[in-house]
Amino acid sequence: MAQLSMRDAVNQALHQEMARDSRVIVLGEDVSGGAGGTSGEREASGGIFGVTKGLLPRFGAGRVIDTPISESAIVGAAAGAALAGLRPVAELMFADFVGVCMDQLYNQIAKFRYMFGGKSSCPVVIRTAMGAGMNMGAQHSQTIYALLTAIPGLKIVVPSNAHDAKGLMIQAIRDDDPVVFFEHKALYPRKAEVPEAPYTIAFGEANLVREGEAATVVALGRMVTFAEKALDGLAKDGIYCDLIDPRTTSPLDEETILESVENTGRLVVVDESPPRCSVAADIAALVASRGFASLRAPVGLVTAPHAPIPFSPALERAWVPGPQAIEAAIRKVVSQ
Amino acid sequence: MKIIREFEERLHVEIATGEIPGFTHLYAGQEAVAVGVCTALTDSDYIVSTHRGHGHCIAKGCDVGAMMKEIYGRRDGLCKGKGGSMHIADFDKGMLGANAIVGAGPPLAVGAAIACKLRGDGSVSVAFGGDGSCNQGTVFEAMNLAVVLQAPTLFVFENNGYSEHTGASYAVGSKDITARSRGFGMPAERVDGSDFFAVYEAMLRAVARARAGGGPSAIEATTTRFYGHFEGDPQRYRAKDEVAQQRQTMDCLKRFRESGALSPAELDGIDAEVLGLIDECVAAAKAAPLPPLSELTTDVYVSY
Repeated sequence: MAQLSMRDAVNQALHQEMARDSRVIVLGEDVSGGAGGTSGEREASGGIFGVTKGLLPRFGAGRVIDTPISESAIVGAAAGAALAGLRPVAELMFADFVGVCMDQLYNQIAKFRYMFGGKSSCPVVIRTAMGAGMNMGAQHSQTIYALLTAIPGLKIVVPSNAHDAKGLMIQAIRDDDPVVFFEHKALYPRKAEVPEAPYTIAFGEANLVREGEAATVVALGRMVTFAEKALDGLAKDGIYCDLIDPRTTSPLDEETILESVENTGRLVVVDESPPRCSVAADIAALVASRGFASLRAPVGLVTAPHAPIPFSPALERAWVPGPQAIEAAIRKVVSQ
Repeated sequence: MKIIREFEERLHVEIATGEIPGFTHLYAGQEAVAVGVCTALTDSDYIVSTHRGHGHCIAKGCDVGAMMKEIYGRRDGLCKGKGGSMHIADFDKGMLGANAIVGAGPPLAVGAAIACKLRGDGSVSVAFGGDGSCNQGTVFEAMNLAVVLQAPTLFVFENNGYSEHTGASYAVGSKDITARSRGFGMPAERVDGSDFFAVYEAMLRAVARARAGGGPSAIEATTTRFYGHFEGDPQRYRAKDEVAQQRQTMDCLKRFRESGALSPAELDGIDAEVLGLIDECVAAAKAAPLPPLSELTTDVYVSY
């Protein structure tokens, strides 16, 4: 089986779905790049992170649409095209730019089906790059998925590896609901075994990454790889934990988390976001309200601090929850 | 202009060594715009800047050494190393911040202009933006609001031909930012952005009008960037010899030298002095301490 980076896995999913279904279009800033340039090279970038490479030469400018820098229009136009029968995949270059087009996500896309009495569906996918760790500063590093998870009507996908990213992206495109798909920038080059043939991964089905009795660790996105590192350290001392990657925060696979906590009696949630109203807090609340009898220790939360993301690497390293902090949190919960 | 040029040329070299963190967008090539605009302003006037903001900061009087430290992520940087290249601000100089969100600045500039108008001291506010930002809804809203309120706002569009990796000839539908600005109901003029004097004189006209209560104006300065959208951009959207040609025909420093405003000896003296200054800034930034971890959660709120 081929080893693909997460970048190439998402790219392969886009290629396969565009080939399978002529209703699938891609639009966003520099998704091909080069329009209006002086070199005449029409695909000058293939997306700022290279995720949309090769789509323009293969599917043409009618279906692979470079846009001006106009995030409200990109997301709104994708939604309108979805209402009119297409299956658009819109790219927001950075997840932080959600701020520019929030109305289209929050008041428009998320609400259509419900407020129109179930008459409409809006099968749009918003792909976006998120995450800290590359010294990109306060406005190019945020995760933001908690903000959108809170909105009924949106499905939120946060893949942690190339294999899941491909299956989840194909599911997102085929899904009849609007999906926001968060790709962590630091995961783009990371490789995993990815089958060539198209496949889907259902939303709301967590992945049990590791198994163990000592505690339940829930982690998302890049934090899954950091949690695995932490668990490698703990394994040397004979401490083994369930590691659950929910893969989607809406819908959330509540049962897998609750069943695991029933076995382990202990929960640690890892989330690359500030703690207030976070996915970590949401999962802690889930277990407190529906799994309280199973808990034998207070829930451990490993999050970023309640602060924006600093630029200086000296500070940013401390902002991002790392393997050491995760390991320490698990040891604390296990010792109680 | 020379300080900006050397600052950016030196960053281009230092970034290649890998010692500068993050994402840097260089202003080299556009110096006459920032300097032509800011020379017509005082410390009580405001500017808001963009992701490509080093030139605006320097032209508005920000401390060059503290800027360099900021870009290196050091404790004594202009924003304590918390902002970085895309977020330099200096409120004492009326520099209300560079910005990593395209099109976020113009509404802020209108707000500053409302404050200027209420103070009644004749101060004005400038929104820098590019040909890319001119397509954002926030910019349209800000331009209309400035006209509605007759707020003393100057919208300066630096048309360097590219919004990131896409040409302005594609992305600006009307292909004419000046005419579009007039459509909002404000005077607008297009100037040669590689000619300091052309920018400065257009700015003097717009500033005089704004200070006298004549409301907003727009200036579209045609210019170029000598580097990519960000450092590391392979620029495959640009013709191979484009930058080399533009360095011959659109270099504002060359144009300034040819104008004869200062003698060659005077200019040579400035050039030597600037090289020394930038050397010092880089050495000081490299030697400067990193921010302490205690800074991680400070400055989130005023009160705690």
